[in-house]
Amino acid sequence: MIKVFKLPDLGEGLTESEIVAWLVAPGDAVTLNQHIADVETAKAVVELPSPFAGVVRVLHQPAGVVVHVGEPIVSFDIGGADEPTDSTLKTDAVAPAPVEQREANLVGYGPAVERGGHPQRRTRTGAGDASVPAASVEPPAAASVAPPAAAPAPASVEPPVAAPARERPRSTPPVRALARDLGIDLNMVTGTGKDGLITRDDVRARITESLPAPDLHGAEPGATAAQPATSLGDDVRESRSPIKSLRKLTAAAMVQSAFTAPHVTEFLTIDVTPTVELLDSLRADRQFADAGIGILAVVAKALCLAVARTPSLNTRWDEPAGEIVQYHYVNLGVAAATPRGLLVPNIGDAERLDLRGLAAALAELTTAARAGTTTPAALSGGTITITNIGVFGIDAGTPILNPGEAAILAMGAIRSRPWEYRGEVALRKVLTLSLSFDHRLVDGEQGSRFLADIGTILADPARVLTMV
Amino acid sequence: MIDFSPQLVQLLSIDGERIPRGDFDSWVEDLDGAALLALYRDMVVVRRIDTEATALQRQGELGLWPPLLGQEAAQIGSARALRSDDFIFPSYRENAVAYCRGVNVTDIVKVWRGNALSGWDPYTVNMATPAIIIGAQTLHATGWALGAQRDDVDSVAITYFGDGATSEGDVNEAMVFAASFQAPVVFFCQNNQWAISEPVGVQAHRNIADRAPGFGIPSLRIDGNDVIAVTAATRMALDRARTGGGPTFIEAVTYRMGPHTTADDPTRYRDPAELAEWKTRDPLLRLHRLLTSLGEITPEVEAATAALADAAAAELRAGCIGMPDPEPLSVFDHVYTTPNATLERQRADYAGYLTSFSAEHDIAEQNGKA
Repeated sequence: MIKVFKLPDLGEGLTESEIVAWLVAPGDAVTLNQHIADVETAKAVVELPSPFAGVVRVLHQPAGVVVHVGEPIVSFDIGGADEPTDSTLKTDAVAPAPVEQREANLVGYGPAVERGGHPQRRTRTGAGDASVPAASVEPPAAASVAPPAAAPAPASVEPPVAAPARERPRSTPPVRALARDLGIDLNMVTGTGKDGLITRDDVRARITESLPAPDLHGAEPGATAAQPATSLGDDVRESRSPIKSLRKLTAAAMVQSAFTAPHVTEFLTIDVTPTVELLDSLRADRQFADAGIGILAVVAKALCLAVARTPSLNTRWDEPAGEIVQYHYVNLGVAAATPRGLLVPNIGDAERLDLRGLAAALAELTTAARAGTTTPAALSGGTITITNIGVFGIDAGTPILNPGEAAILAMGAIRSRPWEYRGEVALRKVLTLSLSFDHRLVDGEQGSRFLADIGTILADPARVLTMV
Repeated sequence: MIDFSPQLVQLLSIDGERIPRGDFDSWVEDLDGAALLALYRDMVVVRRIDTEATALQRQGELGLWPPLLGQEAAQIGSARALRSDDFIFPSYRENAVAYCRGVNVTDIVKVWRGNALSGWDPYTVNMATPAIIIGAQTLHATGWALGAQRDDVDSVAITYFGDGATSEGDVNEAMVFAASFQAPVVFFCQNNQWAISEPVGVQAHRNIADRAPGFGIPSLRIDGNDVIAVTAATRMALDRARTGGGPTFIEAVTYRMGPHTTADDPTRYRDPAELAEWKTRDPLLRLHRLLTSLGEITPEVEAATAALADAAAAELRAGCIGMPDPEPLSVFDHVYTTPNATLERQRADYAGYLTSFSAEHDIAEQNGKA
């Protein structure tokens, strides 16, 4: 079994040490606590005792090198079978961040030692002691560059002062942890909190800023699709990349949702020809021609109307409080595929918007996502979600709930299909809706009625008159 | 420096010869070969525990360790003189005293690994946990002794501290009160010559032992590397305290052969010749010589002692590395003996803060925020 030894903090709060000399070489057998190296810290040269008995396999760092605390310096073969995964290796990929370095805290040593054991006696200066020539009072030490306040030296005379160590960005430990998990460098984030404190929302905003333009409606082919189909990669058969950033967040959200909310999915396929005709007539109408109203806006409006009739689809299960939260508004999330991952910005108070307002809000959301300016506020607080899988040419699916929400509606592609129409088979515009809901909050009856309502509106928009 | 009080009490020479001294011999009459061998065994084991703990710190398993190398006789001799109902108030270096008191070796290093705020329950062994604040424990000892006096019991408080601590206000206050009330307390100062990087001569122009008489406390200056003299002096002081004689101050002259702590490098401020000189006065060496002359040291005894030391080191290593991480909220557990509303609120706040690190919380906040 291989054991990796990483450089520990040999003093109190040290960040690095220099390996002065190795006293062993690969292949040497060592006993526990055998002196294997001399290491110099900011405080002391110390003898490094071997933490294992075994055979030295690798010296990861040569002598004379300054090593950060936590970096592997030596590996031992201690016999026995290899562990499937060596947990001691797991943080190896994380390089220490130089910007976070602290000055070594030299406990026990004050300022530079004055030789002789006793402080040098100096003449005390009194305020009225003008008779004493200034030069004999206390000659400034060589290291002191600050001129007396009364006689400021010209700036040009002042020796160049090394730039002060940049303070690390102000934030709180949980937010630093979040930034680390998401791979965000806090130096790149502008704090909007009190006194410039970087908040959780600032970190999230940075994610969206750094995203390439996503596309809500059209499929994003991405770079991989452009590659020839015969080549999946160059020479390697497998490659690995760290799980981080949005992928990590999405994964955690999906796992949390899939394994806490019991999902039920229902499908409904409907003839939406009347809606398509309605959209055509709106486009022909001068009043609505430039409103950009599409099928997504109609589905969004239908969903808001259906929520009003079956409110339990617009709720949240608050486990810690032991309560069900009923929303009396609809913050309508719209899933957006981006090359870096999934974002679900939402339209606040969508139920108050008319068709034109919804279409405008959807356009705005698309533009913001493309420009990477989606605000953290738009990413939080959703109550129910639509995902448009039709843009990928897909008919139906079993969507996973956006965590904390009770329902998610997937709309498939509109296809021309042979369909029963007035007792005959006709070519009609047909669409499948897939609705997943949280069975803790929503029974089959409510879920079915909600889905049927949306279907009814899309199949016969005039039926809205019977619902409002 | 002028030596104002040359009368250093020594009963065992550097060469391992027993030096007779009428006024002290009666206190160590019972120390026969077997008893001396037991003391030697203790000293070998605690030195092994000490070097193992130092190695564990170098290997990243302990945050810090204050070695006692060279001070074994001062600690073992005094600790073995105590009764189980006497109460010990140590500084942070009395790990050999804790060992004698029966503290588990894993519990000794727990606090240095950062796994607990204190390693043991003081009342199960009648020994307080290490005091990092220099000299603070001497006040506790005097206070405890005043309590014992008022309870009319003959238990004694003993407090350990270093030469540097005698310059602290706390130690001086403790001595004033101990003298005023003739409290049953023994002030046991291990003068190991160095207050971190400051030699004792800088802060003490006369011997440390000479300070106590100014407070009205009689003092002894003994060879702290002589386990027999340490035993005799401690027994004498304890007896004075038990029989209403009041406090005694013992200056055990010894030497810190290692660094102040594992974060210190004594080669920066100490003459190597000084260390070489003190190595000849090693407390284990001279006792080994005496025991050899008494015929107590045999190959079997050597092997058994080494095995005992190795077993203690192995137990320490396994216990240290295998120590489970503490629950973060346990930091609130032993702050007060009774429930405290402010602390309960802090505990709840901290629990909330800890949950704010989790990805689940992040998702929940992102989606649950209205």
